[in-house]
Amino acid sequence: MTKTKLIAAGVSALALSVASPALAQIKIGASLAVTGPAAFLGDPEAKTLEMLVEEINAQGGINGEEVELVLYDDGADPNKARTFATRLIEEDEVVAVIGGTSTGATMAMVPLFEDYEIPFISLAGAVVIIEPTKEYVFKTPHTDRMACRKIFEDITARGLSKVGLISGTGGFGKSMREQCMSVAEESGVEIVADETYGPNDADMTPQLTNIAGTDGIEAIVNPGFGQGPAVVTRNYDQLGIEVPFYQSHGVASDSFIELAGDAAEGVRLPATPLLIPDQLAEDDPQREPVQSYIAAYEEQYGESPSTFGGYAYDAFHLLVDAIERAGSSDPQAIRDALEETEGHAGVTGVYTFGPDDHLGLDLSSFRMLEIQDGGWVPVEQ
Amino acid sequence: MSELLQFLVSGVTVGAIYAAVALGFTMIYNASGVVNFAQGEFVVIGGLTAAFLIAMGVPVFLAAVLAVVAGTVVGILLYRLAIRPAREAPLVSLIIITIGASIFLRGAMQMVFDKQIHRYDGFSGETPLRFAGATILPQSLWIIFGSFAVFVFLAWFMSRTRAGRGIRATASNRLAAALVGINTRWAMNLSFALSAAVGALAGVLSTPVTFTSYDVGVLIALKGFSATMLGGVGSPQGALVGGLLIGLIESLTAGYISSDYKDAAAFIVILVVLFVRPEGLFGKKLTERV
Repeated sequence: MTKTKLIAAGVSALALSVASPALAQIKIGASLAVTGPAAFLGDPEAKTLEMLVEEINAQGGINGEEVELVLYDDGADPNKARTFATRLIEEDEVVAVIGGTSTGATMAMVPLFEDYEIPFISLAGAVVIIEPTKEYVFKTPHTDRMACRKIFEDITARGLSKVGLISGTGGFGKSMREQCMSVAEESGVEIVADETYGPNDADMTPQLTNIAGTDGIEAIVNPGFGQGPAVVTRNYDQLGIEVPFYQSHGVASDSFIELAGDAAEGVRLPATPLLIPDQLAEDDPQREPVQSYIAAYEEQYGESPSTFGGYAYDAFHLLVDAIERAGSSDPQAIRDALEETEGHAGVTGVYTFGPDDHLGLDLSSFRMLEIQDGGWVPVEQ
Repeated sequence: MSELLQFLVSGVTVGAIYAAVALGFTMIYNASGVVNFAQGEFVVIGGLTAAFLIAMGVPVFLAAVLAVVAGTVVGILLYRLAIRPAREAPLVSLIIITIGASIFLRGAMQMVFDKQIHRYDGFSGETPLRFAGATILPQSLWIIFGSFAVFVFLAWFMSRTRAGRGIRATASNRLAAALVGINTRWAMNLSFALSAAVGALAGVLSTPVTFTSYDVGVLIALKGFSATMLGGVGSPQGALVGGLLIGLIESLTAGYISSDYKDAAAFIVILVVLFVRPEGLFGKKLTERV
């Protein structure tokens, strides 16, 4: 090392020690896919966390201690995520970690948090994250299995039972298709048609023609993500199919209505209350968090928050709540307090964790919505 | 019966898109022997430009023309800035340059446009036309008609016009073409411009049906390239027939066998054809004189 470099290193070390505030600090880590293929998920998550940390510090922190967020961008790459997890634990010495935008990144980090006994709240969807229950691992988004159950519950409530599936072959569609197949029987529906399509296919009318031509078909469900579901919805409309049509929570956003246009009218899907902030009942426990999150996000970033940002909102508030109740920022105490969370109203749902339940949501947190006149309307049940 | 008709309608619509992309490949190949892997990006540039202009309130047909012009300009720039400076390099290097260009264009589109999925309404409305129990979108007729028009134009242009023959002469032997007075640089320029215009037109026509976003170019190019190989590289007839065949095989497989196997079925047919006729359905046998 040259002399100047040495001096530079010394100066920066000095600057660091000067910069460290007098307040005690709670360090929270995060590894999210801010860029890369899952950026549309990770970007709102990161923005949400940054906004919330700023907000809570302006209010005097947690238990009088300032919060510091250490955020890394793993680009949804499991290898990077694992490296960042190690860095968060060993170098940054965080007390808890939020993140893993994708299931792959999450599962790569899980063993580390289990070994080092650091509480970890994932923002990814798959069931494997919390099943079997892992002592230090929690998650905030609904699972695709719950989405299938919710859809089937609505189908049977309409007195229908014979369902045709048309699923995307991307990760999301594939996983949800499997879950739907596995819960169909216990939910009282029968899968009578099972078709697939590629993520960039231009026309799904052959598959839909087959489904519509299946004997006794009563409803169609389309697990998928991205542009596929919008094409399927348009093809469904083009063919003039009459049976009820269900989309998944994967396309629960206003852009789906824009892409599918008039064809989306009458389509139902399970979603979080974030889509219907003004239609929540006065006494709905989620009304307050949903409205305040939307207002704060819009003010900060000038755009509407997404469902995915909502997962980060819930993860952060669950963590803050646990630290406050524990009265300590010791990782073990945070984990224990997290597990005792009861009736915590977030934007995604109302969380009640337990020793065997690290997701803490039940089906009632999903709202069944129908698209009417280009907007979302809750289905009365 | 109405089922079969629906499968055929779907196959021809999708096949016409593949054919339009394949015709773009054919154009550049005919002039330079280069397989242009940025062809899918031309399609996306056409679609995205049209989508953004229409969203800004530009009338649909003006937006369509401007989008094709934008694609053409990018095609010319690609040739001027990336291909021409390396014209002495071997063919393989030029092909690799087009792969680099496609990655660059994808990144540039992320910045110029955005990462969202876009579409706009079909040119003749959205009400499907019904006949004999099958339905077709008016936009699909535009796509099918557009692909045929491009094919007819290219077939005429390449064989009947001086400029088209110049392009073919340039491809078969650039030195000899230059010696007999053909402006080979101009011929290359023209072929890149035409091919980009064809790609952008394909994007403009297909976006109301297929949607578009900055990153779909790779998959579009893959299907278009398969159609080119099946039909025979360098033959406009081949591109048209190859595209339609792949579209029909996919839709019939999805309809009668299983949608899980539709991509596999298309590729199996391509493999079989290439085993039997390595030059493709309409390709000319190449003999190298040593």
